Amino acid sequence: MADLTLAGVAKSYGEVHVLKDINLDIASGEFIVFVGPSGCGKSTLLRMIAGLERISAGTLAIDGQRMNDIPPSQRGIAMVFQSYALYPHMTVRDNMAFALKIAGKSRAEVQEATDRAGRMLQLTPYLDRLPKALSGGQRQRVAIGRAIVRDPKVYLFDEPLSNLDAALRVATRIEIAQLKAAMPDRTMIYVTHDQTEAMTLADRIVVLAGGGIAQVGAPLELYERPVNEFVAGFIGSPAMNLLPGRVTATGPLTTVQLDGGGIAQVAIPTRAGDEGMRVNLGVRPEDMRETDGPAIFEGTVDLTEALGEVTLLYFGTRGEGVPVIAKLPGIHPGLTGRVVRLTADPAALHLFHDGRSLLYRDGVELPPYQPRASAGMAMQPPA
Amino acid sequence: MEGMAGQKSGLVWAVNIAAFLLVLLWTIPTLGLLVSSFRDRDQILTSGWWQSFSPQEATGFVRTGTGDDAVQQDGLYVIEGTVLEEGQTLIGWGTRAREPAAFEPGETAEIGDGWQVTVAEDGTYRMTSPTPFEMRRGERIFVTTGAPARLTTENYNRVLTAEGLGRAFMNTLTVTIPATVIPILIAAFAAYALAWMEFPGRALLTAAVVGLLVVPLQVALIPLLRLHNELGIGKGYLGIWLAHTGFGLPLAIYLLRNYMVGLPREVIESARVDGATEFQIFRRIILPLSFPALASFAIFQFLWVWNDLLVATVFLGNTREQLVMTGVLRELMGSKGGEWEVLATSAFISIAVPLVVFFAMQKYLVRGLLAGSVKGG
Amino acid sequence: MELFWLAVGTIAVGVFGCVAWFWGSNWILDRIYPPRGLNAGDNIRKANQIRPWLFLGPAILFLTAYLVYPIFDSLWRSVHNARGTDFVGPSNYAWLMGDGKFRESMRNNLVWLLVVPALSTLFGLLAAQLTDRLKWGNIGKSLIFMPMAISFVGAGVIWKFIYEYREPGENQIGLLNAIVQALGGDPQLWLTLIPWNNLFLMIVLVWIQTGFAMVILSAALRGIPEETIEAAILDGASPWQVFFKIKVPQIMGTIAVVWTTVTIVVLKVFDIVFVMTNGQWGTQVLANLMYDWMFRGTPDYGRGSAIAIVLMALVTPIMIWNIVNAQREVR
Repeated sequence: MADLTLAGVAKSYGEVHVLKDINLDIASGEFIVFVGPSGCGKSTLLRMIAGLERISAGTLAIDGQRMNDIPPSQRGIAMVFQSYALYPHMTVRDNMAFALKIAGKSRAEVQEATDRAGRMLQLTPYLDRLPKALSGGQRQRVAIGRAIVRDPKVYLFDEPLSNLDAALRVATRIEIAQLKAAMPDRTMIYVTHDQTEAMTLADRIVVLAGGGIAQVGAPLELYERPVNEFVAGFIGSPAMNLLPGRVTATGPLTTVQLDGGGIAQVAIPTRAGDEGMRVNLGVRPEDMRETDGPAIFEGTVDLTEALGEVTLLYFGTRGEGVPVIAKLPGIHPGLTGRVVRLTADPAALHLFHDGRSLLYRDGVELPPYQPRASAGMAMQPPA
Repeated sequence: MEGMAGQKSGLVWAVNIAAFLLVLLWTIPTLGLLVSSFRDRDQILTSGWWQSFSPQEATGFVRTGTGDDAVQQDGLYVIEGTVLEEGQTLIGWGTRAREPAAFEPGETAEIGDGWQVTVAEDGTYRMTSPTPFEMRRGERIFVTTGAPARLTTENYNRVLTAEGLGRAFMNTLTVTIPATVIPILIAAFAAYALAWMEFPGRALLTAAVVGLLVVPLQVALIPLLRLHNELGIGKGYLGIWLAHTGFGLPLAIYLLRNYMVGLPREVIESARVDGATEFQIFRRIILPLSFPALASFAIFQFLWVWNDLLVATVFLGNTREQLVMTGVLRELMGSKGGEWEVLATSAFISIAVPLVVFFAMQKYLVRGLLAGSVKGG
Repeated sequence: MELFWLAVGTIAVGVFGCVAWFWGSNWILDRIYPPRGLNAGDNIRKANQIRPWLFLGPAILFLTAYLVYPIFDSLWRSVHNARGTDFVGPSNYAWLMGDGKFRESMRNNLVWLLVVPALSTLFGLLAAQLTDRLKWGNIGKSLIFMPMAISFVGAGVIWKFIYEYREPGENQIGLLNAIVQALGGDPQLWLTLIPWNNLFLMIVLVWIQTGFAMVILSAALRGIPEETIEAAILDGASPWQVFFKIKVPQIMGTIAVVWTTVTIVVLKVFDIVFVMTNGQWGTQVLANLMYDWMFRGTPDYGRGSAIAIVLMALVTPIMIWNIVNAQREVR
């Protein structure tokens, strides 16, 4: 019902530029997640959309109407804060009713709306309690309820789950997903630093870094086609390994001679002139598997972490550089101290030159993204 | 550290005893006043308050009659009278200051020149002499008397009705309540502006408030008195309300601002998103949430105004109708230094209300102190 | 009874007046710059520039009229003659320097400044530490704190019952003399006993201020991370060492705050001296001296104001220190 456009939006506090030249179109009914490391400006961007921070430059439009100077309450948005920001001296019902009362809605309307929100969020038994008598999860639901009663066109969530414990976080995440499913035409913008929340909730993820947008795309697109080393490292855990090397053969399949001695075949096309180019080979720990044949990486296991479902192998933890990590499914006792040879599927490998992925080169049209079925999975549909 | 292993019980005892002594030392003076305020007006003059529950043994002397009072009986000149007052019993008596109980009741003492004194158990004395008494002042008979301990509420009746303290109580109340309520309102708005609004000069104003906290109000007395006269306010309630409002504001603003700054920013932003205006945010969010700080300041200001002597003396005037309780007390200390029971009772009445407020709302007082401990007096 | 209605009326008028001002001025502001419509953003910005001054207006008015203006007025008076008619330059100050009573007051104030904050802080710390972990500690704290609620005048009466004097050999009704006599000493007229009478006045203020010091220091002691104390105990520190080497250094900042706060009270001390000795027998202090010059006999506003300015000058360093501290907290 509401599309949202950010054009050249910037934010600065005096000489400090927090955000610069943000351009983003959000379609009506989309679930957008802003992620990024702390201090990247994702919360500031959300607060600018809410109207809590002034926009230093650029335009914010909702449904085509310029919103830069419109006060928060008239933007048709509602916001769920990280700390919930419940009014501590009001009951649950009064908390949810506050905005409606301010807007001068009739008693019956207020009653109706709060009752409905209470039912929707299973808060009916608690409507007459004060926030301090509620559990963390209930408080979170009240905060959401407060947004729902206003029936806004755009919902803004500022790290709403970060004050909950791990189990509750999963449950509430699912509730938010169901909430979105129940309101397909409402736009939601959600800020988090937790990539699981981002991956599970988002239609599209916006990765923010260094005051700008690093990449926008569907969750798996960011995972499989990261535009640069930052996104590659930020999405996925443990982070993608980056192995320095040099291009030795070009074509639809690129061959890379790694400085560590290994050789890799990568399913990313390169041009003839690329031969000898310095690159970083990106390989996710979960894409690595043991091999007896030619190896991308060969090393002595310094340390293993057995998690049961997977085993993490650490290489080079004692040296200066970043350790290489591999994630093998299942249990692998007695690997510590042994030399292991690892390889990966060419389609699962990434190539970066000067920090940027070779997939996204000037003059190259990238085919529309299709999720790649994992090579290691046994559940592949029969061909 | 309760429950730590190997704690020495001796140390625990020492701490308990030391703490008890300290508390005792701090409580005794007030306790003395409380007890004294219930004592009989004569007993309060002759024995310490700590003796008020035991029979009163007092020493003093009585002068006998002079030669003019003497009558002739059986060839002797006789002076008779009593050494006791109503309710007293005689424990002993004497003729010299050094030995006020040298003789038992009923015994006879020789004074010299053939004079003899007998003091009977009922307190009547009989002094005889073979020759006419010629002294112009009576002889001193030193007596040690006993009286049952007497505690009474008479003092309170008397002080509240006859001594005009009831009026002073009302005056104090009249001064105190508006002088407590009005600064709270003014300060609350100012504190909100200083805490949550953006405007040029905010830091400067906040610093000014902190600075004004310590201005000795003695500095302000004469200029303000003249200002009031020029404005036609003169001496009276309006003047003292305004003065106390002015003097109380720095602390009020400082306390409230510090408290309001600590309120969660997100709650206020949330109200803004909900469409509340600044005034609505203040009234419906900030004010209710600031209740503890408001209560803290209210107690401070109440105690300060109630207990104040200087501002009342200067701005209210000193006629009988205008005196507040501290003023009455001061007068009593000056003019009626001898009437201990009036003084003690009046003093206790004047401190009773603050003490009740203190014990009832101590929690808020402590909280306020902790928030505003830059302020003095 | 009419007094009662006057008081109620004032509260009503005062409260109504305040509310009317704040509510009305805000309402008018929102009328002039309505926060909706086409110019909403612009209007809100303009309104938000004006609104703080509506909120602050009455407070600024009062602070200026009742605290700032008097300081300057006193400054002006202090360089004028008794009735404020002629400029006399610094002669009032020069006179002060030569005046025996003023010097006595300065000397006494200085002793007060040394003794009262020191003893109050010391006893406060002692009380805080001793009562901290006792079961009845809170009751004890309440009782030590209680004198805070008592007026200086009331305290004067209370301590009269301690310091009262009767002829030797008579039954002493003052507690102090009763004790002295019971121990075989001679009762004394404590309040005329130069120079010790000053100390007996100071004790009254110490009695009042100790509770304040205790409350603040007690909170500070509780604020010390428990782990540092437990670590010290594991390191083998004795209770004394824990107190002096672990706890006290960690609350030094609070001790300084308590000290300066009591210092300000001391500088302004008036009522206790006023009602107990009225500055006789060598107990004069600045505030009472000033009162004498301003309100007794023929007032001399010039000299009185000069004393007031001296008082102001004495609190100024603490004022600056407070401001600097407050600024640091803000950051």
